[in-house]
Amino acid sequence: MFVPHSETDTQAMLRTIGVKTMEELFEAVPEQYRFPELDLPAALTEMEALEDLQEIASANVTVGEMPSFLGAGAYNHYVPAVVDSILRRGEYYTAYTPYQPEVSQGTLQAIFEYQSMISAITGMDASNASHYDGATAAAEAVNMSQAITRGKRNKVIISPGLHPHYRETICTYDMGTEVEVTGDDLDPEAGPEAMIEMLDDDTALVMVQYPDFYGRVYDFTKLAEAVHEAGALLSVSVNPMALGLLKPPGEFGADIVTGEGQPLGVPLSYGGPYLGILATKDKYVRSLAGRIVGETTDTRGQRGYVLTLSTREQHIRREKAMSNICTNVALIALAATVYISLVGKQGLREAAELSYHKAHYAAEKLAALPGYSLWSDQPFFNEFMLNTPKPAAEINEHLLENGILGGLDVSTMRSQHENALLLAFTEMNSREDIDRLIEALAEVQK
Amino acid sequence: MIEPLIYDISSPGRRAVRFPEPDVPTSDLPKDMLRDDLPLPEVPELEVIRHFTRLSQLNHSIQTGFYPLGSCTMKYNPVINEDTSRLPGFTQVHPLQPEETVQGSLMLMYLLQDWLAEIGGFAGVTLQPAAGAQGELAGVLIVKAYHDDRGDTKRKKILIPDSAHGTNPATSSMSGYEVVELPSDERGNVDLEALRSECDETLAGLMFTNPNTLGLFEEHVLEVVDLVHEAGGLVYGDGANMNALLGIARPGDLGFDILHYNLHKTFTTPHGGGGPGSGPVGVAEHLVDFLPGPIVEVVEEAEAEDDMPVFGLVTPEKTMGRLKAFHGHFGMHVRAFTYILMNGGPGLRKVSEYAVLNANYLKELIKGTYVLPYDRTCMHEFVVEGRLGDIHALDVSKRLMDFGFHPPTNYFPLIVREALMIEPTETETKETLDAFVDAMLQIAKEAKEDPDILHEAPHNTPFGRLDEVNAARNLVLCCEWPGNTRKAGEKS
Repeated sequence: MFVPHSETDTQAMLRTIGVKTMEELFEAVPEQYRFPELDLPAALTEMEALEDLQEIASANVTVGEMPSFLGAGAYNHYVPAVVDSILRRGEYYTAYTPYQPEVSQGTLQAIFEYQSMISAITGMDASNASHYDGATAAAEAVNMSQAITRGKRNKVIISPGLHPHYRETICTYDMGTEVEVTGDDLDPEAGPEAMIEMLDDDTALVMVQYPDFYGRVYDFTKLAEAVHEAGALLSVSVNPMALGLLKPPGEFGADIVTGEGQPLGVPLSYGGPYLGILATKDKYVRSLAGRIVGETTDTRGQRGYVLTLSTREQHIRREKAMSNICTNVALIALAATVYISLVGKQGLREAAELSYHKAHYAAEKLAALPGYSLWSDQPFFNEFMLNTPKPAAEINEHLLENGILGGLDVSTMRSQHENALLLAFTEMNSREDIDRLIEALAEVQK
Repeated sequence: MIEPLIYDISSPGRRAVRFPEPDVPTSDLPKDMLRDDLPLPEVPELEVIRHFTRLSQLNHSIQTGFYPLGSCTMKYNPVINEDTSRLPGFTQVHPLQPEETVQGSLMLMYLLQDWLAEIGGFAGVTLQPAAGAQGELAGVLIVKAYHDDRGDTKRKKILIPDSAHGTNPATSSMSGYEVVELPSDERGNVDLEALRSECDETLAGLMFTNPNTLGLFEEHVLEVVDLVHEAGGLVYGDGANMNALLGIARPGDLGFDILHYNLHKTFTTPHGGGGPGSGPVGVAEHLVDFLPGPIVEVVEEAEAEDDMPVFGLVTPEKTMGRLKAFHGHFGMHVRAFTYILMNGGPGLRKVSEYAVLNANYLKELIKGTYVLPYDRTCMHEFVVEGRLGDIHALDVSKRLMDFGFHPPTNYFPLIVREALMIEPTETETKETLDAFVDAMLQIAKEAKEDPDILHEAPHNTPFGRLDEVNAARNLVLCCEWPGNTRKAGEKS
């Protein structure tokens, strides 16, 4: 479909090569397996393909068509028009990883600005060029803890408030290693203090989430002190939107900050691609996984940017590399960089405050409904777990019948919470939508 | 030529986007938990647009010029992909919506799994891996899960040819395996004798790239696969070079047990300046239960012929685990789906045929001037030595930029001295290839007549060579703003 050759070109090229037919180029392929018929649908033109895709897309219900209160790691925030107009520039999206800095300064400087903004938001000294998503960034934080403690400490304590998908991802990554992942049997209702008791000489890392999977916000200052006293590291998985409002983890002693950057200008897109945040302190920069961009000068004395610290990486170190990471998610990091540039200092705070107010308005009303209550009285940002009078699945069904995409049925990820909905709110949820939710939930009790 | 940093064009009180006033009563903010300062830039909308537009103009890209970067398959990324993946029905869907509200997404993923399985000759495919390197990780962990499940715990060793990508050994050691490197023979194939001597009861598997990174089809592929299987090991295929094999040969037919696909190479999802990629993994029948979940299956057959079945997310029975949150890079799935839909089976075969034609054409015209260490018909790419007297592959690469070309991959694979790895792809015209050959020949001429022009290249690019040593020694990873010291890492 996108092959430009005319028949004349093809013949001339075959002649230059010194073969008569195209088939001759493939004689190294075992004959019995050469040129299989592929059982695929017949090729469509662009016009027909678009029509097909439109039809498939229309079989989905969108959060634009129905109000949604789903969060749990992906949030429906507003994406300003400029973000996508920049992302659609071919100079960005059809470039490769910037190995040749002389002709890649656009990508490199944008990543440098991204790293700066992530450092600013998280209160860390340095950020990498981004990673796949929040879950894989958390897994890389565990890898980092092994590099920093030189593999001498193998225990990792994961808060029960960490997103269950993130925990599962960490367990997958550490399948073939010495790392012992603990903390799963901790009572989610217990605060961060419960993890202090688990600290010992073998602990490499403690990982918490901020706000946590249940939406709760804790001050981790005491935990950080205890972790450091035990010679371990504290890693904090964040929602960067919440950091528009809340104290950055750098202020309460985090050593590594990871997170899901999707709220910063990235569409929901049924789960990806999203943006993995990975940042750390000065002293651990050389153990930071993934690509990193640094400032330097060129032969003409101009300030410019390059990929740096590559001696940590797989293409140099091969089997001795800390991680096998090859790419980041540069284009999504660009989306976040443009988003942050557009909303700026004031706007990020405003979007965060709007989400906060909407969630607190809803929480107050919902807690007052008979049969419902808030699971936790801990402060929260834009998400909270609501105890429900009936199984959440039934309630969500009722909401869907009323044209509402409800919250997460928490039992699908953590089976102990049978009657609980995790509800999230952003600036995209109007008061009218929230009132409809409240009304529909009230009906369930009748 | 330099563009100021976004922080340098910030001015207090400026802004672009505004948000509406709250339509709900406001609540008290948790005072003790609020941050004091948020050091982010303040820039008006037009300046943001100009800044990122001007920055973009400093990039080389497929849309602006030839990009023969070996092993990366920098071919045309159809613009229609960017439209289909942005249909609101795809972008405005939350990953945790009830399955009955996302049947469109699930059907697309189901069909893409099915098509990739057909293209690779496999029984099952997962779309979850976020990139090629993660597909590799999935592949190696499937090897591990398979042996563990059989109680076969003495298998500690993964074989990797010396021509392999660096991600292969990194992935294996990440997964707790011992890496044993296999030499290549004089025709660029895996050395069969070396392989034979490593095939014992400790062998977990072989990571095998075919065509290999020399761009050569492994002439003993069937023997290699047999040897590994006879020793009880599994063969994992690195699908980085699938652009040579569409409709040409199916790795599953050749006996590969596992393969990862790079949707961002073979199936035209854009590279994005370094991601997001997407690295689905296909496996043979005996490994389907070990795939990372979730995958999409038909959970309820259609009642009538014209009805749609019901699709659902399912976690395979003995899954090796989850690789990331949610279901993979769905936006990339839509793009690859669009591409396959527009090509069909014969179209995909044509893709690989012309990728191979273009590579052989270039090889033929360059090989008299640059040393071609393995002179046989190549597949979609080939490797020459970039050494010309005291001129290095790096100099050739930098000088190519002056002619408006992106350099080939250089210094890889490691087994070729001063390697230049050239992959033209099928979407380039004969005229473009001819112009590239002219530039390569001109550079060889300059190497004799005026070598300084090469040592000092590039000359016509917005930036000259950058000081990478200084960048690593005096780390600056972050902009300056009031209160920030602009330093990170060890001080020099």
